[in-house]
Amino acid sequence: MKTISLALMGLLVVATAPFAAAQKLNACGATFPDPIYKKWFSEYGKSHQGVQINYEANGSGGGVKGVTDGTVDFGASDMPMTDQELAAVKSGKMLHFPTVLGAVVPVYNLPGVTQELKFSSAVLADVFLGTISKWSDKRIAADNPGVKLPDEDIVVVHRTDGSGTTFVWTDFLSKVSPEWKSKVGAAKSVSWPKGLGGAQNAGVTGLVKQNPNSIGYVELLFAVQNKMGYGRVKNSAGVFVKADVATVTEAAAGAARNMPDDFRVSITNAPGKNAYPISSFTWLLIPSKFSDPAKAREVKAMLHWVLTDGQVYCATLSYAPLPLAVVTKEEKQIDAIQ
Amino acid sequence: MATIAAAVKVSKAPTQTGDIAARWVVTLFAVSLLALAVLLIYELVIGSAEARSKLGIWHFLFSTKWNPVTEDFGALPFVYGTVVTSVLALLISVPFGLGAAIFLSELAPAGISNALTFVIELLAAIPSVIYGLLAIFTLVPLMRLYVEPFLKHTLGFLPLFQGTVYGVGFLTAGLVLAIMTIPFIISVSRESLMAVPREQREAALALGATKWETTWQIVVPYAKLGILGSIFLGLARALGETMAVTMVIGNDPSIHASVLAPGYSIAAVIANEFSEAGGKIHPSALVELGLVLFCLTILINGFARLMIVATTSKGSRRP
Repeated sequence: MKTISLALMGLLVVATAPFAAAQKLNACGATFPDPIYKKWFSEYGKSHQGVQINYEANGSGGGVKGVTDGTVDFGASDMPMTDQELAAVKSGKMLHFPTVLGAVVPVYNLPGVTQELKFSSAVLADVFLGTISKWSDKRIAADNPGVKLPDEDIVVVHRTDGSGTTFVWTDFLSKVSPEWKSKVGAAKSVSWPKGLGGAQNAGVTGLVKQNPNSIGYVELLFAVQNKMGYGRVKNSAGVFVKADVATVTEAAAGAARNMPDDFRVSITNAPGKNAYPISSFTWLLIPSKFSDPAKAREVKAMLHWVLTDGQVYCATLSYAPLPLAVVTKEEKQIDAIQ
Repeated sequence: MATIAAAVKVSKAPTQTGDIAARWVVTLFAVSLLALAVLLIYELVIGSAEARSKLGIWHFLFSTKWNPVTEDFGALPFVYGTVVTSVLALLISVPFGLGAAIFLSELAPAGISNALTFVIELLAAIPSVIYGLLAIFTLVPLMRLYVEPFLKHTLGFLPLFQGTVYGVGFLTAGLVLAIMTIPFIISVSRESLMAVPREQREAALALGATKWETTWQIVVPYAKLGILGSIFLGLARALGETMAVTMVIGNDPSIHASVLAPGYSIAAVIANEFSEAGGKIHPSALVELGLVLFCLTILINGFARLMIVATTSKGSRRP
């Protein structure tokens, strides 16, 4: 036993000798994938000695700003960069790499209602627009036969800080409601027609829990961790789907078939019978050219690991792993990094 | 006495250089503070240039729209929220704070006064995020379940107390700010009340004034400057408070007459939106909001100065 471990240690020393100079990579960006990124980069550091990746979760906007100004080696965002943002990057082309998938779910607080509520997409949009103002509205009742809904005003709760979660939510509402698209639109922060604002997922959760008859939206991971009830949402195939790892992956699979070459794709309201409609990729933003070839090598190795070995950590943290077709397509893009 | 004078005389020559050095050092410190203020204004003006040229100053100040999607920004709802919550806070905290300060300096036995003052100064040192958390978990439910329905029921004929009851909103934010400003008002007011010379009180009592007449007509007017100072210190804290306010104000950028309605404040929106503000105009508009808050503070401080000057000259004319 002892000799084996000694031999292993010797092997390790030999294997890591060429990388003796520690490679340090700095990254920043989205908060939504922060738990899995932290896990990945720590695991990667353990299995690849001499590599140290620092990730600072300062928000998707911070990630875009970081890669634009060149203050970090790579960034992360819950929202693909716009053409305008891409044009502002002076140092060269910026590549998008989807890493995991997440979902946003409607959470509500209805005292006396024990059944799981169902929402058709147009109803959700009208609730957040304020067109539907009471829980007893007949359109909500039509989605939920047999549920006794209170004759109370709906208290709408939304995120007040700019966030990728809000982008996914408003992107979905814009796709399913022309009125939402023209009046509000899709962005990380929007001008809300009505409602209370909470900072972060925790703020929204707090307001929903405290205000009876309220409805809000949070990331799936957050709802699961806090054991909050969340509703089913009707997808484009007309099925009420509950968000979980399987239904989110299904949404990605539908989108994977016609994935654009730059991976900047929205998968809200995706086709597929079991696809959860408010799902999204989250991306790493990687420059196509590094001035330091050693850094480029290291980033490529890290990306490859994240897309293959790294994906096994998804399930334990309630993220949905990437569909295989997307991984294969991404592997090709890795080769483009210099 | 003589020895001290001698010592000063003896050491006069060698300290001359020390004096000069000390003079320069303290001047440098004073000037650097001034430079810091100037630099702050410069940064705010430069940082907001984009928003000012795209939106126009008057549009920014008086528009009620805040729409990051169409990049149309107006500061009015935030200025309104900041002013309303601060005024509500003072309406609550001034009577409470002043009353408590009078009790501590005039009525309470010295031991109790010192012990209570120590506790009150501890309150002033609690970080605002803790006040915010306490407010979310205790104050907000109390407001939603008891205080606000009661106000709506009894005073609901006034536009001030109408609309849906959420528990969060202008009134709750004002109340939290009041709780946060009271320690400042008590502590500084008590100090200035204690500084009123004993002879003033004795003279009033000798003329036959009661204890309360002495306090209200002699001691409080004598300490007026310090008390006003404490109020403006509290107001400054209320205007710039961020975390506690954003946790209870409701974060809704619109103007409502009702104090039960949700609102938004300048400091809160900067804290919430700055890190994720995309494009060029949105961050710039947030910096311009910072400039507006800066100007608001200067205006209010200037007003405070004027008030102090006016009241002291009136006082000095009296015998």
